[in-house]
Amino acid sequence: MVAQRRMASTRQTYGETLLEMADSFPDIVVLGGDLNVSVFTHLWRDKYPERFFDFGPAEQNLVGVGAGLAANGKIPFVSTFSVFGVGRPFDQLRVLVSQGNLNMKLVCTHAGILTGEDGMSAHGIEDLSLICSLPAFTVVSPADSVETVQAIKTAASVDGPFYIRLSRAATPVVHEDDYQFKLGKAEEIREGSDVTIFATGVMVSVSLDAADMLASQGVAARVVNIHTLKPVDEEAIIAGARETGAVVSAEEHYFHGGLGSIVAQVVGQNHPVPVEMVALQGYSESARAEELMVKCGLTPEKVRDAALKAVARKK
Amino acid sequence: MIGGRAPASGQTYSVPELQAMAKELRRDIIQTIYTAGSGHPGGSLSELEILVSLYFRVMRYDPENPAWPDRDRFVLSKGHASPGFYAVLSRAGYFPREELATYRQLNSRIQGHAHPMTPGVEMNSGSLGMGLSFALGCALAARLDKKDYMVYALLGDGECDEGEIWEAAMSAAHHKATNLVAIVDRNRIQNDRFTDDVMTLDPLDRKWRDFGWRVFETDGHDLPALLETFEKAQRRRTKPTVIIAHTVKGKGVSFMENNPGFHGRAPNADEFQKAMEELA
Repeated sequence: MVAQRRMASTRQTYGETLLEMADSFPDIVVLGGDLNVSVFTHLWRDKYPERFFDFGPAEQNLVGVGAGLAANGKIPFVSTFSVFGVGRPFDQLRVLVSQGNLNMKLVCTHAGILTGEDGMSAHGIEDLSLICSLPAFTVVSPADSVETVQAIKTAASVDGPFYIRLSRAATPVVHEDDYQFKLGKAEEIREGSDVTIFATGVMVSVSLDAADMLASQGVAARVVNIHTLKPVDEEAIIAGARETGAVVSAEEHYFHGGLGSIVAQVVGQNHPVPVEMVALQGYSESARAEELMVKCGLTPEKVRDAALKAVARKK
Repeated sequence: MIGGRAPASGQTYSVPELQAMAKELRRDIIQTIYTAGSGHPGGSLSELEILVSLYFRVMRYDPENPAWPDRDRFVLSKGHASPGFYAVLSRAGYFPREELATYRQLNSRIQGHAHPMTPGVEMNSGSLGMGLSFALGCALAARLDKKDYMVYALLGDGECDEGEIWEAAMSAAHHKATNLVAIVDRNRIQNDRFTDDVMTLDPLDRKWRDFGWRVFETDGHDLPALLETFEKAQRRRTKPTVIIAHTVKGKGVSFMENNPGFHGRAPNADEFQKAMEELA
């Protein structure tokens, strides 16, 4: 029932994509916090040492220096794990980067429970909630490696604060190589008329599997990839609510303040229909990523059940 | 003029002229805060000679072109001391003096804490500890762009309680930011009380030295001493430089001097009259 898909590491893709952009974007500089091998910015560090600065695990300073470089025309790509890159320097992101509206790019890997064995302190399950609360930020959570390439290139091309959420584990590739990413424009990755599943990140792949299951039960589920959480594609969310009459959100993030909150807000304000949410309910534990996905209910079966429940709640 | 780097603003002031200017600017500070009904007089008065030295003798900049790529950068990290900064920016020609009356008012570009919406302000502020990191970013940008501008960051002494200051200090030395000069406004009073009561900072000079900085100390109200120290800071640079400027909180207004009560409150009508008489 579950489709076999090629697996690819979005963080490795990040490091390789940076190298591709080195000549076309001479203002790009890369800033690290001693996790450069893990976030694959060591590739850049070794090739462009004069355009690379390490600050050790001192994330307030890391973001503060990034802000100063951005204010002087540089395009700093600042990278570490999501728990360290968003939580630790939140005030610097707020005061310097967001309120200063600076052209700094924060690319964080090891988001969510896919970080696995390192345990709850390493599971960035709050990053989307935090970063979406900062008015100036654009926020993108790519579904796979193919989308990551284009999200990174887009971040370098547009002006302003930008956050990109990546994973530790390799994740299924759901896009063909000729896929065209459009910032702020959700992707209807599967057509359907009975229910719409809005998914982000790794949950796009999970939701496609859920849609296959639903199809075998006669339920046509639309799957929409919400890669851009901010500014979110409200039209796509409203269209899903209006045209299918029931919606599900699916994210590898805490249920507060992430995709589910955004979808419920847009649906509630514009076209109220039943909303079901598949998301993390709290902290997790040390285990392999695939074990945690099952224990935390981020499976095709759970998304299918949520879709069936949403359909049953239609009047 | 220091190190052969003429201020773009042109005019070179003598020390007596700068001293007279500082007195006028103190009146602007008191007037600005009194008109707004709130603000931070203590640190604005303690930092003033540091700012006057930088803006009228040390730095090169062009108020007609605040984004001039070759300008020296000034970063006010202790962003609550904005009235002193605004008085100086206005005098330097970044915006009309009349605009000081809009401080903290609706639709003004003169914010409670310094924000880049004000011409001449490089960084948003109001949360302590961030300016040295930001200034290091400016200093590294100069290296990348092969420019020779200097970067000055003004820190409060209470602000040095923030861990980020020491993250930035360590990394500025590591990355050999020799074009970075930090100034600590060592007025020995922070929001609640004397710094010695809140958090021991001494030996402050040794802390900076141990973090890899060159350290100068000076009287932060003595203009000739300040100018000489800034000149030394531009010479023989192999490390980032910090100037610990010993100042008096509330300098120039007798009842504000060394008084923790005037860190962050405006004078009332009587206090305003008395202050303006003292500064006449």
